[in-house]
Amino acid sequence: MDTLALKKTANEVRKGIVTAVHSAKSGHPGGSLSAADILTYLYFEEMNIDPKDPKKADRDRFVLSKGHIAPGLYSTLAHRGYFPVEDLETLRHVGSYLQGHPDMKHIPGVDMSSGSLGQGGSAAVGMALAGKMDNASYRVFCLFGDGEIQEGQVWEAAMFAGARKLDNLVFIVDNNGLQIDGSIEDVCSPYPIADKFRAFNFNVIEIDAHDFGQIGDAFQKAKETKGMPTAIIAKSVKGKGVSFMENQASWHGSAPNDEQYAQAIADLEKIGESL
Amino acid sequence: MADVKKIATRESYGNALAELALDYPDLVVLDADLAAATKTGVFKKAYPERHIDCGIAESNMVGIAAGLATTGKIPFVSSFAMFAAGRAFEQVRNSVGYPKLNVKIGATHAGISVGEDGATHQCCEDIALMRTIPGMVVINPSDDVEAKAAVKAALDHQGPVYLRFGRLAVPVINDTPDYKFEIGKGVVLREGKDVTLIATGLEVSETLAAAEKLAADGIDAKVINIHTIKPLDEDLVTAAAKETGKVVTVEEHSVIGGLGSAVCDCLCAKAPVPVLKIGVNDTFGESGPAAELIKKYGLDAEGIYAKVKEFMS
Repeated sequence: MDTLALKKTANEVRKGIVTAVHSAKSGHPGGSLSAADILTYLYFEEMNIDPKDPKKADRDRFVLSKGHIAPGLYSTLAHRGYFPVEDLETLRHVGSYLQGHPDMKHIPGVDMSSGSLGQGGSAAVGMALAGKMDNASYRVFCLFGDGEIQEGQVWEAAMFAGARKLDNLVFIVDNNGLQIDGSIEDVCSPYPIADKFRAFNFNVIEIDAHDFGQIGDAFQKAKETKGMPTAIIAKSVKGKGVSFMENQASWHGSAPNDEQYAQAIADLEKIGESL
Repeated sequence: MADVKKIATRESYGNALAELALDYPDLVVLDADLAAATKTGVFKKAYPERHIDCGIAESNMVGIAAGLATTGKIPFVSSFAMFAAGRAFEQVRNSVGYPKLNVKIGATHAGISVGEDGATHQCCEDIALMRTIPGMVVINPSDDVEAKAAVKAALDHQGPVYLRFGRLAVPVINDTPDYKFEIGKGVVLREGKDVTLIATGLEVSETLAAAEKLAADGIDAKVINIHTIKPLDEDLVTAAAKETGKVVTVEEHSVIGGLGSAVCDCLCAKAPVPVLKIGVNDTFGESGPAAELIKKYGLDAEGIYAKVKEFMS
């Protein structure tokens, strides 16, 4: 693992996120930025994938259950070579294939359509189950928001995954602590998150979502863990990398204006130079 | 019809899955703790490694089916219509319908003929819900022969299909050598010039019986079996409406959003004629033996006959 290269890539992914959302004049930058390091690690280090052959049968699968951070996924896919980075500027525009939420029918590299919260975990479980039924070697990763796990279906999926010992499945919770109406604790606390997944028979790993060393160790442990699925609870900063967006619930689902966009890019340029 | 063989179409569903499993190695069956009732038990017994019991969690089951379908499997999601189409509507819409995944929904215990369990389990809204989803095929077979043919057709169709089955044993009416099932093609069961009776599901046999009673009164009714409510056989429905000038729809489903609405949606544009919608009249069901409920709600041959008579006068 080349941590420096990953950091640089993640920074470029973040620039793509703010560029896409700025161009769309809407979208979800906060959670995209908080998950950017995890997404970068998955697509540039962890997953067995081929951007030239997005549907290859033995590929690892990724389901973005928190589908509203599509800008994060799209920017990662674009930088990984699934489609041109310039296309990010068509996000949410009429006629663009880059829909507001992930659309597997039209976007290369998207393994499952998602966006209605709580549903992605079940689809990921289905993929993992198929892998077990077919003795396939592929693995399945699914990213949730910490607010999203207020949805009951997440726990239906977790119960099934634990009961079926789906060790080819990794759930990741982007624990940035904020949702639209405020802090997740104020709205309807899902804590303790780790204990909940333990109770559902998951191998649970808690990490700093912005530390590639910890991210790498966590996915390595997940790979080595047999007989149970893994849940990685990744403590993150919403809006990570853009000074005025960090830890602000208001940047969950709003786009920067031209001035704010310039500031955001300047912030990220500065981070890039410091690496 | 007293001596006619009767089979519940949920039985046909389970039997068809077991019979087709060998020819379709990608076929898998999911249940939510109701395999004994959805009659997939026969499949489960023969192919335990291809049967997945998801426990009592229908929303998750539909999502799991979607995930399985992305890998090339052909999942049949089995539950009561209330939970498959009702509880899991949004999962069907967003995780199956929107990505056009190859998931089949086998919904048993549809309509008031669920019987004694009562209103909470008598789904009279499923056709309405399912036909609003773009690309969803909605099939409501009339008997054992048609139900088994529908399962095979659903397997051969690429994309989501909703199959509606019943708990009540119904007469076998399609056991003829030339019977052919084609998705989206209605079947003319009786010619007539005065009125067209369009029926679906278990109402097809009741409607045929009603047509015989009408004939005795000098009313010559054409009878069409619409097993596929979506896509509707618009050509057949339109031609029949033009031919007879009056249309009656008959379904064991709410008069809002089901077969009657689908027929009216078609005819208001292509052949506006008076239409009488016979079905469950915007009300919940209740407990009681299925046959008695069918009678009480005016969905037996006698009830249909009386309403058509009034409509024709």
